[in-house]
Amino acid sequence: MSAMLNVEDLRVEFPTRTGMVQAVRGVTFSLGQERLGIVGESGSGKSQTGRAIMGLTPQHAHISAKRLEFSGIDLLKVSQAQRRDLRGNRVAMILQDPKYSLDPVMTIGRQIVETLRTHEKVSKAEAREKALDMLAAVQIRDPARVFGLYPHEVSGGMGQRAMIAMMLIAGPELLIADEPTSALDVTVQLDILRILDSLVIERGMGLIFISHDLRLVSTFCDRVIVMYAGKIVEELKASELSQAKHPYTQGLLNCMPRIGADRHPLPVLDRKPEWLL
Amino acid sequence: MTVALSIDKLRVVYDEFVALKDVSLAVRQGESFGLVGESGSGKSTLLRAVAGLAPVSAGSIDVNGQRLGKTRDKAFYSQVQMVFQDPYGSLHPRQTVDRLLLEPLAIHGFGDTEKRIQRALDEVGLGSSFRFRYSHQLSGGQRQRVAIARALILEPSILLLDEPTSALDASVQAEVLNLLEQVRRDRKLTFVMVSHDLGVITHMCERLMVMQGGEEVERLEAGDLATRNVARDYTRNLLVASEGFVRGA
Repeated sequence: MSAMLNVEDLRVEFPTRTGMVQAVRGVTFSLGQERLGIVGESGSGKSQTGRAIMGLTPQHAHISAKRLEFSGIDLLKVSQAQRRDLRGNRVAMILQDPKYSLDPVMTIGRQIVETLRTHEKVSKAEAREKALDMLAAVQIRDPARVFGLYPHEVSGGMGQRAMIAMMLIAGPELLIADEPTSALDVTVQLDILRILDSLVIERGMGLIFISHDLRLVSTFCDRVIVMYAGKIVEELKASELSQAKHPYTQGLLNCMPRIGADRHPLPVLDRKPEWLL
Repeated sequence: MTVALSIDKLRVVYDEFVALKDVSLAVRQGESFGLVGESGSGKSTLLRAVAGLAPVSAGSIDVNGQRLGKTRDKAFYSQVQMVFQDPYGSLHPRQTVDRLLLEPLAIHGFGDTEKRIQRALDEVGLGSSFRFRYSHQLSGGQRQRVAIARALILEPSILLLDEPTSALDASVQAEVLNLLEQVRRDRKLTFVMVSHDLGVITHMCERLMVMQGGEEVERLEAGDLATRNVARDYTRNLLVASEGFVRGA
């Protein structure tokens, strides 16, 4: 399997008043046409890793890497214009909360059409046709109606479907989903994951699924990377999660209250300073 | 066995929208009762109605045998306190922890503030070094500990918990849940806890009510969920969903 994405020794640093804060400290992985999960707690650098690949790291941050390549393109060397060309077209990103990440003053349909027409030469009518098809593909029952609605007029689950439609319409090869279902109810969460799953398989995309929920990620992805304090502490096959070796991974798995398990008090993470090294 | 909180046919209406439809409920003293449901199920509305934060249009609420009127007095708040979901939004950004904890004491005319603040911070596992910090200088878990300390400082008998850990990381959630269990045991508190997470609710509560669309779906013992002894499809769906994604399902 040839890798479409190669990340080697990725570092992201933010200058602050008290010195440099290292958000990502030497992350290395590669991705083919597979589903890769990146799991960690807040501040572990999982989102910054995704953003660095997407090219959405804030201007004032410093990014460095031995290698940051997407299908042979050196992402650290390309111009902003080329980067913009990739973004939304070949690499797309789904964000956590549709309430904040959709444009509130533009109808859902127009936002999807805008994405498509930015990257492909299609007529307005054709773009509309494609957008409606895409809305149907994310299992929105009445695409024509939803096309004309504003983001505040739809539920969270519907908004997230619209965002998936918007991200997939240009046919990206790599999809980065940053906590795509964390703002949703559990039953809606599963619907969204099912849609995402079938589309990723159908279109042969690579997927990076970023989440704090180790259990969810392991049921969805092929491979899981566990991050702690900006570093990868463990990489394992999702099916072998129960054999995780690193105490942090084990701790994350253990500290969730489970139905049917009577554990009082819950085991808590005993954070060891050596994990930071 | 005394009833700490009794709710009878409670109805909450916002304009035309009925958020809570005639829900009844009795929570025993020292019990931990859970409310589970998805967004819009009315679980938080129920809690807020008890705290006097939602407009009650019909039905009654009794706390420790006393009928509540339209407004809540000071005596009520010294018996019932609430912890909110978002620790980033529920602490005053320009008050130090010390000031945050002092305010309820001042309002209720407690003396001995120095000692009480010290003790409250110790109880939630924050040392005195946190006392003069602002909330933005604390992590999410630490903020929620402050919110719990603020609720406990008036020595209430009932604690209303509205998704107290859903904004926290799993490992921090475990710490906060353990803390809540600890203070409940130490102070013989009554808990009414709202969560969308069945795992959290079964862990924390003896009995629970599943809600949907402002109505009760069914009432269960915590053990029923483990043994799948549920009557309604809605609850069964929630149970399946809580287990994560299944490919090909």
